[in-house]
This record gives sequence, C-alpha cells and structure tokens, in this order.
Amino acid sequence: MAKQTIVKSKNAVSEPEYPLTTMAIVAPIVGWLIPGGGHILLKRYGRGVLLLISVVAMFLVGLGMQGRIYKPNGGDILDILGFIGDVGTGALYFLARIMDWGNLMAANATADYGKTFLIVAGLLNLIAAADAHHIALGKKP
Amino acid sequence: MTINLSHFSAAVVFALFASVVFGITQRNTTMEQVKYGLYCFAMFVGGVFVAGWVMALIRR
Repeated sequence: MAKQTIVKSKNAVSEPEYPLTTMAIVAPIVGWLIPGGGHILLKRYGRGVLLLISVVAMFLVGLGMQGRIYKPNGGDILDILGFIGDVGTGALYFLARIMDWGNLMAANATADYGKTFLIVAGLLNLIAAADAHHIALGKKP
Repeated sequence: MTINLSHFSAAVVFALFASVVFGITQRNTTMEQVKYGLYCFAMFVGGVFVAGWVMALIRR
C-alpha cells in the first residue's frame, strides 16, 4: 500500500500554479473599460489594436443602425441580459448613456440588428478582458 | 449618421469582427489565431448560406 502511494505521487502530473498578481486584476479592468486596453497594457500591441478596432467598430455600426442602448433595469430577463451585454463595452457604454445615443425601442429590422451588434460588442469585449487576465497570469503567451 | 445594411451584409460585418476577437482570444500563436479567425469567419458566413437555403426550402 505504501509502495503504491509512493509510485502514484511520483507519476502525478503537477498542475502549474498561476499566482494572482496586481496586473492580473488591473489588465482585465482596463480591458473592460477600454476595449483592447488590457492587451496593450500587457505589451500585446497588435492584438490590442485589433481588439480595439473590432469592438469599437461593432459598437459604432450598432449605433449607426439605430440600435437600442439598455439601461439598468429589474424587469424582463431579456432586458437585464441586454443591459449586461451593453455594459460589457465599458467606457463606450457610459459615453453612449451620457450622450444619450441609441434608440429607446427597435423601430425596424435594422435597429434590431443594431441592438444585437451593441450587445455582442460588449460580450466580445468581456471575452477580450478575460483573455487579458489569462495573459497576465501567464496561462497564455 | 444612419447605417442601412441588408441582412446579409450585416451578417458578414458581424462575422468579420466576431472572428477577429475569437481568433485572438481562443488561440495562442499568431498563425493559430489567423487560422482560427478564418475558420470562424467561414463558419459564420457558411452558416448564413445554410440557414438561408433551409428557410428557402421550408418556404416552398
């Protein structure tokens, strides 16, 4: 029994440890506020700029299509999820709220696509922020 | 400024930006990122064609 335990511990693959650093907390927050900012902060300039262009362009196309900007709400579950998606764009969302951009309701099919663009821009930005966290931890090159 | 895109062009623009983000975030090396981005783009646009044909056949 004792022999078996020794053999097991010798063969066991040790999981690499990724200590939580300050940068692993700061990078995703910056990445959320400024799309691609987390990657730029971590000196992944090319990736950061591409993420910035993609998320900002998607957000602007959504606004151009008269998409709806969701406000914080406690009503319909789809409205709550829409708000979570929208707020994922970080500073762009707050700017849009301050400037009163976007429509209140989707008036036509194009506006409905625009709403989807705005939500997905936010969700993609959240994925990018999570990626910045993984890079800062050292899980990803 | 108002942007008026057809359903197809909106889907292609959507596919382009989403593929860039997916490629960068889901793969490690540059070449893998490019390949995965192109794969996602092809799948998005291919899915649009497949869905379009399915709807056209259902409508008949």
